[in-house]
This record gives sequence, structure tokens and C-alpha cells, in this order.
Amino acid sequence: MSNFKSKYHDELIANAAYIGTPGKGILAADESTGTIGKRLSSINVENVESNRRALRELLFTAPGVLQYLSGVILFEETLYQSTAAGKPFVDVLNEAGVLPGIKVDKGTVELAGTDGETTTQGLDGLGARCAKYYEAGARFAKWRAVLKIGPNEPSEHSIHENAYGLARYAVICQENGLVPIVEPEILVDGPHDIQKCAAVTERVLAACYKALSDHHVLLEGTLLKPNMVTPGSDSPKVAPEVVAEHTVRALQRTVPAAVPAVVFLSGGQSEEEASVNLNAINQVKGKKPWTLSFSFGRALQQSTLKAWSGKEENVKAAQDALLTRAKANSEATLGTYKGTSKLGDGASESLHVKDYKY
Amino acid sequence: MSSFKSKYEDELIANAAYIGSPGKGILAADESTGTIGKRFANISVENTEPNRRVLRELLFTAPGCLECLSGVILFEETLYQKTAAGVPFVDVLKKGGVLPGIKVDKGTVELPGTNGETTTQGLDDLGQRCKKYYEAGARFAKWRAVLKIGPNEPSPLSIHENAYGLARYAVICQENGLVPIVEPEILVDGSHDIAKCADVTERVLAACYKALSDHHVLLEGTLLKPNMVTPGSDAPKVAPEVIAQHTVRALLRTVPAAVPAIVFLSGGQSEEEATVNLNAMNKLQGKKPWSLTFSYGRALQQSTLKAWGGKTENIPKAQAALLVRCKANSEATLGKYQGNANLGDGASESLHVKDYKY
Repeated sequence: MSNFKSKYHDELIANAAYIGTPGKGILAADESTGTIGKRLSSINVENVESNRRALRELLFTAPGVLQYLSGVILFEETLYQSTAAGKPFVDVLNEAGVLPGIKVDKGTVELAGTDGETTTQGLDGLGARCAKYYEAGARFAKWRAVLKIGPNEPSEHSIHENAYGLARYAVICQENGLVPIVEPEILVDGPHDIQKCAAVTERVLAACYKALSDHHVLLEGTLLKPNMVTPGSDSPKVAPEVVAEHTVRALQRTVPAAVPAVVFLSGGQSEEEASVNLNAINQVKGKKPWTLSFSFGRALQQSTLKAWSGKEENVKAAQDALLTRAKANSEATLGTYKGTSKLGDGASESLHVKDYKY
Repeated sequence: MSSFKSKYEDELIANAAYIGSPGKGILAADESTGTIGKRFANISVENTEPNRRVLRELLFTAPGCLECLSGVILFEETLYQKTAAGVPFVDVLKKGGVLPGIKVDKGTVELPGTNGETTTQGLDDLGQRCKKYYEAGARFAKWRAVLKIGPNEPSPLSIHENAYGLARYAVICQENGLVPIVEPEILVDGSHDIAKCADVTERVLAACYKALSDHHVLLEGTLLKPNMVTPGSDAPKVAPEVIAQHTVRALLRTVPAAVPAIVFLSGGQSEEEATVNLNAMNKLQGKKPWSLTFSYGRALQQSTLKAWGGKTENIPKAQAALLVRCKANSEATLGKYQGNANLGDGASESLHVKDYKY
């Protein structure tokens, strides 16, 4: 078979399609302990397990939010945590119709002989880990590959390594009942224009789908998490419609229609930018044979984190901020987002951190 | 750029889209001199230039047919021929709203070390030839790559050579104003089942689109001419709906939405089979982000040839037979074909010739 027949075949297809439900998207809450530490320190909160738990409880129990989500990506620690009242987070999510997901990669390492290009680790024992996560309630997974644009980058070597690593991860997930999110992030860093980003994105995505085909991955049981096509961070900004046109065209040229949904990463975009661009993408006329939705981390949590600042008395305000962003992005998936008149503190703040690692 | 910027870019996109117009398709009338000789031998007609000219005039002036067509593929000799009254065939077609196309490959040669697998020739001076054909009125081209299914076939070598040959041909065409039809035919010969054909088709098409990406081909200015996904010629037949499902699924898994139209080859199918299968595809519910139409040679001409038998007095009858098949296939592109009560002599006849070369 061009795809091997996983015993989870039908379930993978159903779950991937569910994640692409119009009006819904993914909250990426899978920051590793080190990364969440940076977020917490920026709001003067100590990076301890109880604070990490409190933050995630704040997010997952925010009134009205879960209806706008089809999935939440978790870090391993969080998969096994519970609310203060003792209810497993996985149950909180499942009861609200939100699929729990799990980050399974083990970060990037440099590729020898390149100029700072990387590949992603995490394949060792991945099958057994996926089986364990499935038992714990996870139904999808995420693995982040990272590429960059430079004079000689991304190199053919980097593209090949990252594409084939993603494909290997993807088929192992499917063997174990998890829908793999395929994430080939091309960093926004650099002075390049939007055409350059488009050319690189198309090349990288073409390589990814060839690798997925070679590895017999069932495309109907996968999701794609790409960058939007934008100018580099050191280059002049363009209108959302321009981002939308270039992005949709790149996907039309590379992503087979068998893929049910494309869930964009927000990269360094501010909360508002990410919503406005997603909205413009959904307004583009023309062929879009996949749902176009969100898998946002920073772009969903920034104003929430600021509003919370680690204080119990701020939880409600923080949850309201999250609701505002969740609703905005839900509307953006339908192309009906009209902009937020009352932007939360931090909603317009660029979240770009050079050469972002998380 | 991921696609190089041809000076013909807009025209390529417009012409490729036009060929995919609903209700229209392609008549493949590009039989080489040797091949048309075999057809003539079947109906006891001598293989001379005047006879070849008469046949093509019969086809192109058949009342009512051109409105069912968006393109006709010609052999080089025919591109420069005229009606008996002196009107160039190219003008007859253009006047009828039909784009002239040109076969540009130079046939297949064996790949050493394989079990009878082949690659296709024709790249030498192809650019100049395309330029010449464009000047003569051609606006699209065709190149047939051939693969077969066997115990060890198609081999990785065969897939790679044929895919990269197609990609090189495609970009040379685009440099010279011709929309390339990309034709990776997987022969129907064999005893394999439909699942095997699906598997091979998906693998071959994935390789083709990787090669096209590597060669910077503008997908919006191309067409795909694949085999339908069917059981092998020595295996039991299946229902049209089964063929339709497997075929569309294979395409969804491999053909980017940027490709405007898919124009199926008929392989060894009878006229009626080819129409009924195309119809079933167009009736299928689900995602189909490209037109699904025909590029038929034998499956449009079989009963016409029989009715003609080389005799002038039979021309009206022969043209009427062609109109029946043209209309049937036009309806099939809309999913509206009801089955033909008035099958011409030969319409149900299998046109399968083992290991077909033409």
C-alpha cells in the first residue's frame, strides 16, 4: 500500500478531520519546562511545577474558551497534571470536546558542516512513548522541525534531514494512534522579502510531502503546521491580503487536498497580527481544499499571561483575555473577524524573538 | 522563485485553465506515422500522407464535435497540414475554440539493467522545437512517460528517470509558451489488483510533483494526464464507482490544487468504459480541486475509424460516430452521462493491446 494500514486508520482520519472543524483551532500550550520558564520570568513568576499547573488550569478552565478549540497541545508534564480539585486536565479537555495533543520531539541539534542549521531529535523509542501517551488520552502529536533563510540556507541537506525526520515521526505516530502534526517551521528571521519566503516555503513543503509519501504516511490522518508566508523580520511589512495570497498559493502548489487541515503557527507575530492574517487567508478567493486554522502558542497566550502575572485575583481577567483571543481566531477561521476594538495589553506586541528556540 | 518567471506566465495559466473548461476535453490525435499505420491496417487503409490528412480532416471538421473539445493533440506532420480546401488545420481548430497541441517526445528506449523498463527521449533541442511549434500555432504539448507494474516494477530508477524527464520537458515547454501535459502512464498490463495500481500510481505521482518542484515548473500552467486507477488487464473488473473512488483518492493524495485540470488517458479501455468511468469520477462527492476530464485517442476514435473504413461515402457516418463519443465524454465531465443507448460498432470493444507502444 502507498500508506501502510494502521489499525487506527479510521480513528486517525476522524480525529484529523475533527481538528479541522470550521470555527475551531488549536491552543499550543506545550512549552517545555525551560521555555515556560522564560514566559514566567517575564511576568515575575517562579518556574515551579505548581505555577505551571496553575497556569494551565487557568487556560483550560477559562469559561467559554474550549468551544473555540478542537485541540490543545501539551508538554509531557501537563498530560499527567490535574486541576486543583483533582480532575485530570485530559478529562477537562475531553469533556469539552477538545482533543489532547502531546509534543513528542526532543528539541533541535545542529547539523555538522552547516551554518547553524539544525535537525530535530526524538525518534529513539518514539513508538513506545506514543503508545504511552495514547493510553494517557492523547490523540495527536506535534514535532517541530526548524529551517532558516540565509544566503545558502536552507541547504538541500537541511531540507532533506528535516523532511525525512518529520516523515519518520509521522508514521510512528500513526502506528500508535496519534494524528501527527507535521511542523516544518521556516523562521521569520532575516531581511528577505516575501517572494523569497514563498520560494523557500514551496521548496520545503514539496520535500515534506515527498518524504511523507516515501514513508507511507496516511495524509488524511495528518495535519500541517506551517509558517505563513511573510517578509522577513528585518524587512518592511506588507498588508494581510498580500500575506494571505502568497500563503494560500504556496499551499495550493504543495499540499495535497487529502490533508484535512492546515493549522498555522504564529511565529513572532503579535496576537492581533496573527488573527488578522488568518482572517485574510480565509477570505482569499480560490481553491482551498483544506481547512485553514490556527495552532497558536504565544499568539493566544500573551495578553493572558500579562493579565495573570501569577496572581490568583487576576485569574478572571486573564481568562477573559484568553476568551477574546480564542473568539477572534475562531472568527478568523471563518473569515469573519472584524478586528478587536479593545485590544488586551500586549495584543499588538510583536512576539518575535530572534532565532527562537522553545 | 520556486517557479521561474516565464514571459508566457499569464498565457500559460489562461490556456491551462481553458483546457479544463467544464464540458470540454482533449482529442488525442497525435498518433505517430508508425502508430496510425497500425490503425489503418485494421481497417485496410493504406498508410499514406493523403490518407492521414483525410482522416484528420474528417475528425476536425465533424459537425458539432469541436464544441465538446478544448484541445486537440497533433503529431508534427499534422500541425502543418490543411483541409482539402486549403485551410490549415490549426486555423480550423482555433476557429472552433480549440487549442492545438503537439506531441514532442521521441518515443521510449529501454533502461539498461532493468526488466524492460523504459525512459522517454526528446529533450535534445526541445526548446527550439517548442518555439517553432508555438510559431505554427501550438499552445500546449504532450510527452508520454511509460511505467509498468511487475514483481520489481516500477523500479526506483524508472520512477526517477521518468519523473525528472517529464519535469525537464515541462519547464522547457513553459520557457517557450507551451502548456506541458505531464503524462506518467502506468500500463494496465498485468494481473495485479486495484489496490496495487493505487499504490504505484500514488508513488509515481508523488515523484512527479517533487521533480516538477525541483525544476521550478509553474503548476498553474500545466496539466496532468494520468492513468485511471484500475485492476490490471488480467485481473477481474470492478465497478466504475470503485475505479472512481480509488482514482480520485490517489489524486487527492498527490496532485496539488494549483494544477487546473486532470485529463485522463484511456489506456486499453473501450470507448464506453472510458466514458462511464470518467462520469463516475465526476459524480463522486468530496474534494476535487481540479477539473476531471478526458484526453482520449483510441477511446474517441475507435468507432469513427470503423465507420469510415477509408471510404469517402462513409465520412458523414464516421463523423456522426465521433459526435456520439464527444458528446458522451462532454457529459461525463459534468457527471451527467446516462449511458449510450446508441452504441456505435466497436464502442464496447476493449482497446487493450499488451505493452502498448504508440
